[in-house]
Amino acid sequence: MSDCMSKLVRTTADVMFLFITVFGFYIVLHGHLTPGGGFQGGAIVAGGFILLIVANRLEDFLKWFQKRSFQSCEVSGLVLFIGTALAAIPLGYIFFKNFLNGAGGLFGQAVPFGINSGILNTAGTIPIMNIAVGIEVLGGLSIIVLYMTSGIRSHEEGE
Amino acid sequence: MRSLAVWFTLVILGIGLLFTAVTIPFGSPAMSDMDDYFIAHGQEQTGANNIVTSIVFDFRGFDTIGEASVLFTAVFGVSVLFRVRKKEEDYEYE
Amino acid sequence: MIDNLPFLVVAVTILLGLYTILLKKDLIKIIMGISIVESGVNLFLIVLGYRWDSIAPIFTGAPSLAMVMPTVQALTLTSIVIGVATLALMLSMVMIIFRYYKTTDVSKVTKLQG
Repeated sequence: MSDCMSKLVRTTADVMFLFITVFGFYIVLHGHLTPGGGFQGGAIVAGGFILLIVANRLEDFLKWFQKRSFQSCEVSGLVLFIGTALAAIPLGYIFFKNFLNGAGGLFGQAVPFGINSGILNTAGTIPIMNIAVGIEVLGGLSIIVLYMTSGIRSHEEGE
Repeated sequence: MRSLAVWFTLVILGIGLLFTAVTIPFGSPAMSDMDDYFIAHGQEQTGANNIVTSIVFDFRGFDTIGEASVLFTAVFGVSVLFRVRKKEEDYEYE
Repeated sequence: MIDNLPFLVVAVTILLGLYTILLKKDLIKIIMGISIVESGVNLFLIVLGYRWDSIAPIFTGAPSLAMVMPTVQALTLTSIVIGVATLALMLSMVMIIFRYYKTTDVSKVTKLQG
């Protein structure tokens, strides 16, 4: 674990990380139009971070991204998700009411019923919840692998 | 003796599972009223083209809250298991 | 008979997982068995909602309006994420066990037997 992989692997991982991240956020943002959604896209972005963890040294990775940033990613995703669900109550609706759908504002365009070609600005609160869950899964899965890797390291060094 | 009991359990379970597998009709579900309602009205009620997403985040949102909480709790448990210990604070086994 | 091939695959997968859980002594292999049983259950949910000549329940550029049942797919999504969470927790516990016993064989992890 103390050694990193060869320069070829590291460079490929660095280049592929950008494409994996962009693809993951595409899946998250188009969750209400195409197959996919928050969980799947978040897992893809977390896969990019895990690729960086296994290809590089752990100290180098912790120099680029801190553990605290993943933790705040996860917590802010959960808070945004529950906050979006709770925001319907002060507006006079019930919990989990899709109050943005059809309102004309953000994500509020009226959807043409039946088979259509897909408009990104529809579906009300569903894209917001997709983004929230995507951020949460990103932070959660990344920090699980980060904790397990540092657990192996402290085991090898400590005893 | 223990291995014999395990094999007996496996054989019984295997017969039950395989018999169930050949008797369920595949491709024509018996009760699909709820799903037909979701397919017919999901798009006008939630505005999402993807019916699965509209079920996960709108019709059955409480499921998703529980699921997000389970993921958060699992991450919390992993972080507690791998926390940095001081030298004198060790597992109390002996 | 051949139409029921997906259900047969589900039964064989669950049986393989149960065999692994019941007859193996290594903790990592037991966790693999639990994961295999979980895959079988996910496949069972998906297969249960299939209808002949249907497409995925997505309206974007759909060729027809005959769609498979969407509720089971949503529940499978929930099940997969919970499976990942429990898998991570179980593997972390096995790592802690290995750190203090130097083995993952359940017949040698005997501190709790008194």
